[in-house]
Amino acid sequence: MSDTQRPDGAGIPPTPSGGASGAGPTATGALPTERAEAIKAVKLRHPWRIAIAVVLIVLLVLFVLDAAQRKAFGWADVGKYLFDTRISQAALITLELTVYSMIIGIVLGLVLAIMRLSPNPVLKAVAWLYLWVFRGTPVYVQLVFWGLITLIYNTIVIGIPFVHTWATIDITWIPPLFFISVVGLSLNEAAYMAEIVRAGLLSVDPGQEEAAKALGMSWWQTMIRIVIPQSMRIIIPPTGNEVISMLKTTTLVAAVPFTLDLFGRSRDISAETFTPIPLLIVASLWYLFFTSILMIGQYFLEKRFARGTTRGRPVVGEPNDPASAAIMGGAGGVR
Amino acid sequence: MSDASVKSSVPMVDAAGVSKSFGSNEVLKSITLQVQPGEVMCVIGPSGSGKSTFLRCINHLERVDAGRLSVEGELVGYRQKGGKLYELKPSEAALQRRDIGMVFQHFNLFPHMTALENLVEAPIRVKGISRSDAVARGRELLAQVGLADHANHYPAQLSGGQQQRVAIARALAMDPKLMLFDEPTSALDPELVGDVLDVMRGLAESGMTMVVVTHEMGFAREVGDSLVFMDGGVVVEAGTPRDVLSNPQHQRTKAFLSKVL
Repeated sequence: MSDTQRPDGAGIPPTPSGGASGAGPTATGALPTERAEAIKAVKLRHPWRIAIAVVLIVLLVLFVLDAAQRKAFGWADVGKYLFDTRISQAALITLELTVYSMIIGIVLGLVLAIMRLSPNPVLKAVAWLYLWVFRGTPVYVQLVFWGLITLIYNTIVIGIPFVHTWATIDITWIPPLFFISVVGLSLNEAAYMAEIVRAGLLSVDPGQEEAAKALGMSWWQTMIRIVIPQSMRIIIPPTGNEVISMLKTTTLVAAVPFTLDLFGRSRDISAETFTPIPLLIVASLWYLFFTSILMIGQYFLEKRFARGTTRGRPVVGEPNDPASAAIMGGAGGVR
Repeated sequence: MSDASVKSSVPMVDAAGVSKSFGSNEVLKSITLQVQPGEVMCVIGPSGSGKSTFLRCINHLERVDAGRLSVEGELVGYRQKGGKLYELKPSEAALQRRDIGMVFQHFNLFPHMTALENLVEAPIRVKGISRSDAVARGRELLAQVGLADHANHYPAQLSGGQQQRVAIARALAMDPKLMLFDEPTSALDPELVGDVLDVMRGLAESGMTMVVVTHEMGFAREVGDSLVFMDGGVVVEAGTPRDVLSNPQHQRTKAFLSKVL
């Protein structure tokens, strides 16, 4: 696929990159006064690409024509429910689940990552245990657990453990299922975000931490002011991916069981109307719509943050890319 | 620099039998030397001789395994109480470090901050100086290293020599009593070395106490008050730069100098 993006249109075979280096020897002697004649060659043909593309297009057209006529797809129902208020409200709830879970997941992930890298062995162990549990169990199972939490913990006992009890308080508050869903999703997400953040923090040149230390900055100041800002270019692109992934993972809240999200709602409707397939298509179209928007955002994020990441410390005397400057410029204080 | 008035006071750096190992690799073997206030000491030697490690021990970026190392009479990284040594808390170690400036081979400027922001960060966060005072002092220092026009440039927009001068200014912004230079010109293109050495020369003339790990023999001869040759984790030879460079006593010093001079 990527072959098609090659600059074939330039009309130059791939080899003339040697043309640039070929200019080297001449540059040491006399300066080249004239450009060499441009290469005019017959373009390489790719008949098989065209043949395969034609076959695929024919198959696609056949599939579409066939699908349009199949009763089971229920296109009339798709049109009817696509903009149904129940569906659009459910779509909004799915978005809310995604946003809240990601925000909590990112904040908690940052805390966990810092704990894992801190010099404090207790904090390190706690973070490790957290990651072990939450990455080691399926999120679906975790969500079922959170749904049952009120059955497991229904009283608060005040006293000396196993010795004496002063008071027992029944927990009568039953958390809303939406709340439980956010808790379940975000706690699981935090474990994955912690790894992403950790990779970002580790990507920062150790010399940075050393320089901050030599200036008398504390470990916290070094983290907040020096290391975290520089790790953002590594952390942000995969975080965009996590958002897209989270949007889809919200379908699993059925395990809580929370059913007001997009997928749950469309299944509820189809249970009444006996038209599961059109409603699956409706839900899929909405998910595709959201992920498409996120993917566009992701594309620009990656474009912005991918620059200069492969370079280690700034090369001496070489004007480095201004990406780091541009990215973090807004965070500075001195004007 | 080391005249009579200075000799009576406490040495700026006092190392007695300082040793340091990384695992089974003994990098420093009982280093004993003194740096007097106002003195410029240059440390030379082949790579792996332990000179950088010794420098890093002075501001406790590395901890000393054996011996005593003190700065202005104060033990580095430890507190002595009733014949026992106690490790300092990170905050106490940070307090010691803020009076010791350090310049690194690879500059280690903060790439997400402009030159001026690099300079004011620690004075504001660590010393609690007001932003306006720190900025005024920062601009002054940038002018001192000849980069007044580059205050709002990011490190990536500066040449290596300019970056290193910003790094020196950043260390000076904390008003240190001692400056440590870890091969400050080794990562620079040859034509950029001079500007950095000029700044260091000016600093030496202003009376700053400096320990300079370097390969610049010309600088060591002209600016240094004393010269130490290290090899294999020991001080092989020490004395005035003229004596050590022109009339080395030890075979290893002779061999090293014949290669670099």
